[in-house]
Amino acid sequence: MALWKPDPSFYPSAKMAMQAPPERHAYVAALNTGGGKPDAICVVDLEPGSDTYSQVVHTLELPNIGDELHHFGWNACSSALCPYAPHPHLERRYLVVPGLRSSRIYIIDTKPDPRQPQIVKTLEPETVMAKSGYSRPHTVHCGPDAIYVSAMGSANGDDGPGGIFLLDHFSFEVVGPWELDRGDQKLAYDFWWHLAEDVLISSEWAKPSQFENGLVPEDLLANKYGHRIHFWDLRKRKLKQSVDIGAEHQMLLELRPAHDPTKHYGFAGVVVSTEDLSASVWTWYRENDEWQMKKVITIPPVPADEADLPPALKPFKAVPPLVSDIDLSLDDRFLYVACWGIGELHQYDVSDPFNPKLTGKVEIGGIVAKKGHPKKSWPLLGAPQMVEISRDGRRVYFTNSLYSSWDDQFYPEGMTGWMVKVNTDPDGGMRLDPDFFIDFGTTRVHQVRLEGGDASTDSYCYPS
Amino acid sequence: MVTLLQIPTVTLPEAVAPWLAVIALGAFHGLNPGMGWLFALSRGLQQHSEKVIWVSLLPIAVGHAAAIAAVVVLVFAGLQWISLSALRWLTAVLLLTFGFYKLANYYRHPRWVGMKVGNRDLFFWSFLMASAHGAGLMLVPALLGLADAHGGAHSGHHMAVSGSGNLVLAVVLHSLAMLLVMGAVAWIVYRKLGLAVLRQQWINFDLIWAIALLVVGAIALYIALAH
Repeated sequence: MALWKPDPSFYPSAKMAMQAPPERHAYVAALNTGGGKPDAICVVDLEPGSDTYSQVVHTLELPNIGDELHHFGWNACSSALCPYAPHPHLERRYLVVPGLRSSRIYIIDTKPDPRQPQIVKTLEPETVMAKSGYSRPHTVHCGPDAIYVSAMGSANGDDGPGGIFLLDHFSFEVVGPWELDRGDQKLAYDFWWHLAEDVLISSEWAKPSQFENGLVPEDLLANKYGHRIHFWDLRKRKLKQSVDIGAEHQMLLELRPAHDPTKHYGFAGVVVSTEDLSASVWTWYRENDEWQMKKVITIPPVPADEADLPPALKPFKAVPPLVSDIDLSLDDRFLYVACWGIGELHQYDVSDPFNPKLTGKVEIGGIVAKKGHPKKSWPLLGAPQMVEISRDGRRVYFTNSLYSSWDDQFYPEGMTGWMVKVNTDPDGGMRLDPDFFIDFGTTRVHQVRLEGGDASTDSYCYPS
Repeated sequence: MVTLLQIPTVTLPEAVAPWLAVIALGAFHGLNPGMGWLFALSRGLQQHSEKVIWVSLLPIAVGHAAAIAAVVVLVFAGLQWISLSALRWLTAVLLLTFGFYKLANYYRHPRWVGMKVGNRDLFFWSFLMASAHGAGLMLVPALLGLADAHGGAHSGHHMAVSGSGNLVLAVVLHSLAMLLVMGAVAWIVYRKLGLAVLRQQWINFDLIWAIALLVVGAIALYIALAH
């Protein structure tokens, strides 16, 4: 039972993790809309040369209907090596899988057979809400001292503040809410941290009533979605500083801090500007002990014929890029930006975090373009959405679904789920892998987690 | 030269075993990455300063010493109220109970501080880690051995006075041994081995620690029975 040596997938530094062996399989969150079928965790074979390469080799159907799987994460990762609370003999073994709609959390064991994971524990919604004070669990991060989970809503209603709660590393029981002093923070979404600085960063999407039944256009035009980023004292669990990047910058979502603990900056993606429909990426950095935000990437909308647009976009005569996810390679060099509206994945060299350089672009899907794949011809619905980068940075995987009700608004013809792979060049540039296209049919797919960790799982306490 | 050598031999204990145990346990505690050297090392790496490593070790060693001293005070107080033989039994029972508890929960650690710490934080962190893991408790059989060796044939007052000096010396020796080993390990990892050693050679010290508590508990039980 007990390990004598640390889990081999734990690395002291991000640089060392880049030497890790390539991933052999991925776990993919799959959701079924319409209430007929439960959601699932799919296992995808990523081992080149295998007979079942680029195929779903196992589907773990969940026992309930309507969970709406979205993001999920590993129970433990390289942060277990952090010196103030080391427990290096934990195993990266369990997937912590929240249902964003149901507030249920599944603990899934990947150990006996990594390709046939099994549910070993279920935290029922009532338990999660009663003990955490929150509902609609979202992002999962393996911390040095506990498993941290963000939640979109409060336990007793749709519009209470969302926040973060803790799960015990060993028993997976809900410990309780994380915040001791939340200040005026109400909206929640993603979070991550600068562990070496004792800083936690959180972002804002919306209240549950603003997303569960679809995007609320009036709220968007009134700039009522999130546009602030919060910096917390990780140790004192206290809000230290909030930065408002401007009300027109609606939906400040994914947060990607630099992996090297000696670097104190990171990137945040903003879905849409209500001023000009552009999307943007911002860099946070510290100056005179104050956190600052600087817009470093702006992606403009693409003009389009009204006839080609879904009802929600017709008045604008353009497709907004809709940056829904960003992901940073372990060497902090390349930032991948998913443009779910226009159907593009961008690769930027962010060696200088204030001057990103576009080094690669992949076009697939898109609201108007609907661009095909070598293995799937036009029209292809959906677009780059959840991105995951292999630890060595050479392979990037992404899926196409955002959130069930939003998929239907922006791709009303009926989106099907797919997952593709991109091969990257070490010095910049990337191409779609022409042989890798997984068609999930009417099942939609969201976050991808790679065997042994990936670029949005592990945190490191030792410099690269 | 001869006289210089003779001075310490006057106070050197007849029973060497408890002293060796005090020092050896100091070395053992120093070896444990969870007791401090790794924290010191990471601070040095984070701040790009080797000096930070060595400076950080000091409050850690002092915090550890304080935790041991707290136990020494308890032992000393205990000797005033209950007999040595009763204390021996109590120690054995506590060690075995705590040892079995740690064996079942070896992976649990107190949650405190973060990565940005000052000397005071390091001191309290080390005090807390040593206390919560029973570092002082592990030392009690050796401390009782010292008290016994110097107290002579159960003459209460004499034992308390001369024993207290030895107990203070024990804390100092233990902590110096700990500091020395922490420094040596940090130096070897920093200069020679590199961080990769963390993932390759970090044996499950938490489990070894629990077993050590049980071994010491068994020895304590043996001593209690033998007297």
